[in-house]
Amino acid sequence: MKTIYILWLRQLKRYFRSKSRIFGSLAQPLLFLLALGFGFGPVFQKAGEGNYLQFLVPGIIGMSIIFTSIFSGMEIIWDRQFGFLKETLVAPVPRFNIMIGRTFGGATVATMQGILVLILSLFLGFRPVSFMLILPAILMMFLSALLFTALGTAIASKLEDMQGFQMIINFLVMPLFFLSGAIFPLSGSGALAIVARFDPLSYSIDSLRVLLSNINNFGFGIDILVLSAVTLIFLGLGSYFFSKVQI
Amino acid sequence: MSIISVKNLTKKFGNKENAVLAVDDISFEVEKGEIFAFLGPNGAGKSTTIKMLTTILSVTSGTLVLDGNDVKKNPNEVRHSFGIVFQDPSLDDELTAYENMEFHGVLYGVPKKVRRERIEQLMQFVELWDRKDSLVKEFSGGMKRRLEIARGLLHHPKILFLDEPTLGLDPQTRNHMWDYLRELNKTEGITVFFTTHYMEEAEKIAGRIAIIDHGKIIMSGTSEELKKNTETKTLEEAFLKLTGKDIRKDEAGTIDRMRMGRRMWTRK
Repeated sequence: MKTIYILWLRQLKRYFRSKSRIFGSLAQPLLFLLALGFGFGPVFQKAGEGNYLQFLVPGIIGMSIIFTSIFSGMEIIWDRQFGFLKETLVAPVPRFNIMIGRTFGGATVATMQGILVLILSLFLGFRPVSFMLILPAILMMFLSALLFTALGTAIASKLEDMQGFQMIINFLVMPLFFLSGAIFPLSGSGALAIVARFDPLSYSIDSLRVLLSNINNFGFGIDILVLSAVTLIFLGLGSYFFSKVQI
Repeated sequence: MSIISVKNLTKKFGNKENAVLAVDDISFEVEKGEIFAFLGPNGAGKSTTIKMLTTILSVTSGTLVLDGNDVKKNPNEVRHSFGIVFQDPSLDDELTAYENMEFHGVLYGVPKKVRRERIEQLMQFVELWDRKDSLVKEFSGGMKRRLEIARGLLHHPKILFLDEPTLGLDPQTRNHMWDYLRELNKTEGITVFFTTHYMEEAEKIAGRIAIIDHGKIIMSGTSEELKKNTETKTLEEAFLKLTGKDIRKDEAGTIDRMRMGRRMWTRK
């Protein structure tokens, strides 16, 4: 338990110490909210879909979470490079605990980033349906963050250096984001809607839309079910790959 | 009773056609409470052997037993019996010196009271106590090295591995460190296994020395025995006689390439 706590704490300390990272990673969501939110707002309205910002914000929170989570998970590569990974790997504690500590730390960081985007969006005119539902929304953010941090951990355990990193961003994170219905409604998008069913981020964003904007696609129960199941699978996969890491 | 027992250990890197034999069928034993040194030119297989002994690198073939536990079968139990100071850096740059120590203490289950006491004592010892709240990234190479040594001594394991621990340390700190280690070796019976390039260090400190080259142990024994068997006057002469005078090529590994890449990537 102590192992998990100290590794979790380490992730948080690193996060709070790199102010440039906190603000740097807010720039992208802000740009998306401004450019898309206000750019497509009128078109969306004319098409009879209602307020676009109300629709978009959960999607951008999801984006922020997937980017931060996968990046946090992949910090293993940095640690390998700086040599710190060795220090944890020779310690007399099960590797499973190390992986869990790191993953929970990364997920906490990503959740905070999601909360920051939510706060930011309030200033742009976003109004959650009920402030009572913000807490459950944060819990859903954490579940999604856990899912993608575990995925990042699983991938990073398999990578030797940063060379694969750009590829992961381009061929995994970007498609997951754009195919998730984060920026457009899935209903009536034909084949895309089918593809989106295989994208866990679709369920993350859908659950946030239910809680924050009262818009629903798959149904909240399905969202929780899918997210929990996929999180468990990725945690299993991540801890298996991590247990096989060599220096 | 031997606390480290290595039999026919072999490590191959790469696939079958162009495999590199880093460690080639070596066997040796280290007795409990002994101070044992591994000497060898760059690329001889010293660090590879230590990595296998400390469970972070897989073994191609052979058996390794540490304190009665098989490294391949029970890596978790094995990790309880040793501590290690690595050859290359292994600190978290974004944490303070104190936090790095604390992190280590918690991971190794050192009780809080002992941990606090020892951290202060060891950081005084390596003269970093006044810098305890500085981030490690602000430290010079020598300071980082000293911190790693202090961290390696924080818990008192049965076996302590030191992979070129004195590299980049000034003679003062070096002497200081070895005095401390000899004391620990005497009072707590900690077995010390180290590698070094400093002959006088091996001669002065180690009870037994193994000379390794091209993945094979060429000769082992006390420094007297090595000198006698090679008919030389000093350990350095014995070493050169056994390993030749060619300078070894040390290939840049993935880690070095990544460090290069990192310079281009970092946020600063």
